[in-house]
Amino acid sequence: MQAYKLTLKLLFTVMLLVVTSSTVIAEEMDGKKVAFDRKKGNCLACHVMDNGDMAGNIGPPLIVMKARFPDRAALKAQIWDATVKNKISIMPPFGKHKILTDNEIEKLIDYLYTL
Amino acid sequence: MKSLLNTLTVVVMLAVVSIANATPEQDKESFQRFYTERFPDITMEDFGNGVYALDQDARNQWEAMNDFPPYEDDLEKGGELFNTAFANGKNYASCFENGGGNIRQNYPMFDTKRNTVITLELAINECRVANGEKLLPYKKGELAKIAAYMTSTSEGSPINIVIPNNGKALAAYQAGKQYYYSKRGQLNFSCSNCHIQNVGRKARSETLSPALGHTSHFPVYRMKWESFGTLQRRFDSCNKQVRAEPLEGQSEDYRNLEYFLTYMSNGLPVNGPASRK
Ligand code: HEC
Ligand code: HEC
Repeated sequence: MQAYKLTLKLLFTVMLLVVTSSTVIAEEMDGKKVAFDRKKGNCLACHVMDNGDMAGNIGPPLIVMKARFPDRAALKAQIWDATVKNKISIMPPFGKHKILTDNEIEKLIDYLYTL
Repeated sequence: MKSLLNTLTVVVMLAVVSIANATPEQDKESFQRFYTERFPDITMEDFGNGVYALDQDARNQWEAMNDFPPYEDDLEKGGELFNTAFANGKNYASCFENGGGNIRQNYPMFDTKRNTVITLELAINECRVANGEKLLPYKKGELAKIAAYMTSTSEGSPINIVIPNNGKALAAYQAGKQYYYSKRGQLNFSCSNCHIQNVGRKARSETLSPALGHTSHFPVYRMKWESFGTLQRRFDSCNKQVRAEPLEGQSEDYRNLEYFLTYMSNGLPVNGPASRK
């Protein structure tokens, strides 16, 4: 009986783990979709990233993001409106011009931190 | 290195734009110098070939395609249309200097009586109306074919846009320049963002062509269009890319933009009509 309960508990935990990790994966996928989709971020138009196809070379490669952008707010600011930092930046103001929703940007940033 | 290059270009670009109250002549000189210094191996003439002056692979394909130019039939049709008399017995030749031959290089021109910019396409339609014919749609179709034919008679003639030293003409020029450097659309791009600041770089797989020479070969036969389109049709394509509203054909903004942009290429030979992908 005791053993049975334990197994159940274990099973439950395993299931929970599976569920949570797959949502993490799903979220990462969402973030990647936001980045790659031409109608969404289309980051590949300008940035080499994550072995994406036919990437442009207008902006710097998006690599080792965690080390380079320890401050999430700074990364978000760049995506929200790049023209604050560089007045003539060609990078579209994804937040300010509502090209992406806040939620999409958060997912995108989660994904960027895996790079 | 890349970011250094980036910064350098930006500095140069600012220098291109920021000479407040520079004369058109001074603008044109710094504009042309920017490209000739950036691409010292490209001849003045070759700038008229756009992206194919920068990308050898693309150029090889393009040259192979031009063994049998895709626009040949439409160009011939343009010639026929041009030479067909109107119902009143007159023809296009009667409306233009030199019978309409070898004049492309002078357009757009500033009409000092009407105080407005007259493009070749506008002049063709005005010729029709003056002779009791109806307006043709701008940007494509018969009008683009006629303009293509007229352009072909100017092959090799240097672009020679004149900006009369008068307040109205200078204002039209300034408005065109302003349009070129202003950000627009949801994606917030200016023409200069792509064709000056990032010239030669790749947006996805598209190499960004120099603005010098941009007007020398229009109307263009684009494979994507499967027909001729005027310069203003191309403006629409670029505006759509940045999710900006395209403007009406021959709207004042587009005419002023065409005036500014063509003046920047003064001295380059007319080399159209041309094909593009
Ligand atoms: C049209 C070009 C373009 C697009 C599209 C674009 N960027 Fe950028 N990006 C740039 C440029 C140029 C820079 C260099 C800094 C500047 O000018 O703002 C930059 C800088 C950055 C930086 C700072 C990188 C560093 O190393 O300092 C980040 C992060 C970034 N972009 C993320 C993104 C993301 C995420 C997307 C898509 C949602 C995106 N960019 C789409 C052009 C672009
Ligand atoms: C987001 C980038 C971008 C912006 C902004 C942009 N263009 Fe373009 N433009 C392109 C691309 C890509 C092409 C096709 C490849 C090439 O020739 O550069 C092109 C082509 C052209 C051509 C045809 C060139 C040829 O050789 O036939 C003209 C003319 C032109 N653009 C003018 C403009 C003008 C005027 C504006 C502003 C109203 C503008 N562009 C804004 C990217 C852009």
